[in-house]
Amino acid sequence: MSHRWHPSTAALATAILLLLFVQGPVAGQTASSTTKRPTAGKGWTTPRTPDGKPDLEGIWTNATLTPLERRKGVGTKEFYTDQEFAELARRVRNGDVGEEADIGAAAPQALRYDLSLYGFDLTKATFASNKRTSLIVGPEGVVPPMLPEAIKRNAEIAAKNKGHEFDGHENRPLQERCILLGQERLPMVASANDNNLLQIVQGPGWVAMLHEINHHTRVIPTDARPHVAPTIRQWQGDSVGRWEGNTLVVDTTNFTGLTVNFRGSGEKLHLVERFTRISNDTILYQFTVDDPTTWARPWTAEIPLTKTEGPVYEWACHEGNTMISNILRGARVAEDEAARKTAK
Amino acid sequence: MPRWFSDSILIRVAVVGFVCLAATSAVGQTPTYRAPRTAGGKPDLNGIWQALNTANWDLQGHAAGAGPVPSLGAVFATPPGLGVVEGDEIPYLPQAAAKKKQNQASWVMLDPEVKCYLPGVPRATYLPYPFQIVQSQNVIMISYEYAGAVRVINMQAPTKAPAESWMGWSNGHWEGDTLVIDVTSQNDETWFDRAGNFHSDALHVVERYTPLGADTLSYEATIEDSKVFSRPWKISMPLYRRVEKNARLLEFRCVEFAEELLYGHLRKKPGN
Repeated sequence: MSHRWHPSTAALATAILLLLFVQGPVAGQTASSTTKRPTAGKGWTTPRTPDGKPDLEGIWTNATLTPLERRKGVGTKEFYTDQEFAELARRVRNGDVGEEADIGAAAPQALRYDLSLYGFDLTKATFASNKRTSLIVGPEGVVPPMLPEAIKRNAEIAAKNKGHEFDGHENRPLQERCILLGQERLPMVASANDNNLLQIVQGPGWVAMLHEINHHTRVIPTDARPHVAPTIRQWQGDSVGRWEGNTLVVDTTNFTGLTVNFRGSGEKLHLVERFTRISNDTILYQFTVDDPTTWARPWTAEIPLTKTEGPVYEWACHEGNTMISNILRGARVAEDEAARKTAK
Repeated sequence: MPRWFSDSILIRVAVVGFVCLAATSAVGQTPTYRAPRTAGGKPDLNGIWQALNTANWDLQGHAAGAGPVPSLGAVFATPPGLGVVEGDEIPYLPQAAAKKKQNQASWVMLDPEVKCYLPGVPRATYLPYPFQIVQSQNVIMISYEYAGAVRVINMQAPTKAPAESWMGWSNGHWEGDTLVIDVTSQNDETWFDRAGNFHSDALHVVERYTPLGADTLSYEATIEDSKVFSRPWKISMPLYRRVEKNARLLEFRCVEFAEELLYGHLRKKPGN
């Protein structure tokens, strides 16, 4: 098993900072390609599957240099200038990023890994061509403030578990239990972590998306059928899709209320994802999330998915999960020791 | 003869003829059935499929039996089945035969399915859950409802597994209308059924998926493992299309159903 997830990365998961290790420069692409209507190089047309649909197939990574939320001090500026971006890239390459998100870019994985050990040479890294100051689009560039009812709801959930964190497996976080890992949650936001590959396979009427992390697979119908019955609540909701021109639009509802969903949202979370192939090496992934019980308004982000090499490894989390028993066993041993001390 | 009469006869003959044709191709493994082609020109196996047999309880022929928990009565009793093994014999080496018996005697403790572990191949195919084939040109994905298991079959030049895994490494090719998949590099943790039939890490499986009709596939798997069996052996069964208009795979993330069994003994004791 590759249970390399660490609880401390939970906080980082929202910081979404990771270098993009592209094999070479992304052809024909500039920052402006993700500003308005994405266009690729001259003469480039959307590749098609044999049945004529836009071809999204391949192995993709959502690793990016851009944080989800814009750092304070950048103001309402949505894009870095070329000069600013070059300076940012230089500092990241040299590992000179200071505090997390200090310059609005990645604190490299050296936090937990020796990058050279994994063959990642920062000085040779190429960065995403996205010069956005945040993945969230618009002048604010941050997640809208949470509604009071959502703050209360999430506080109650947290309070319920307080003091019982080590009582039993159901008190442990879902990712530790291999039920739902941070990176497999929807929408697909890059996280400061590994195994963030996504393999897309298309059959007639369906698009399948395999996340390397926890082998989570979504097989999405593209016939615009209705969602499954509202009584069916799922960890990853229910995704149905349709083609709008060259864009695959995926609508997801039916999330469960058994966990706090994306960024503190509840079971009313409504997610719309858009996948548009904008060059041979890039899919523009845009998502809009809405939850009237969590945010006053919907918000939108966009992330370039960059073509990468396989293979996608089997990420068998549960099968090798010794962590959960070790944590619980450790807690029982500590309790026994405490009881012995008291008895003395 | 009135005109309407001759017309209706003609129509009836045509309909009967069509029905006969359809029936012939669906029933016997008529070699004349030719599967529809994908836009890429390959036999089209896309769809949601499911086995309808008791192979997951026991590959071999078996009578009905009591379930593992007496208080649950008839609900989880073992359904009887004719078996899916060619010749009904699994050619275990002597030591392996003894291990199979031990496995069977304590299957509730040992069966990886009970723990919600990935099922391996061929068991993934005949677990009592649907699976979906998403067929592209260079790869074919098989997504299984059980435990969210998944395989991506490489349809280009065969590649070697980078590491052993629960679901193994699959290279596929077409032989006429038949999808042939060569599966290697499975670990030794998975089983074939709830009867304790098992294998080692030397397992080599060759699967054959052949369309028999619009909604039926023939599934065959040849199983070879020189550490456990004295010769290769074969299972075969039909697979049926889930023809419901709204057929879908739903989440069966069974980890949460296995946790009490796996970690329940580590729960905080009352009063501690």
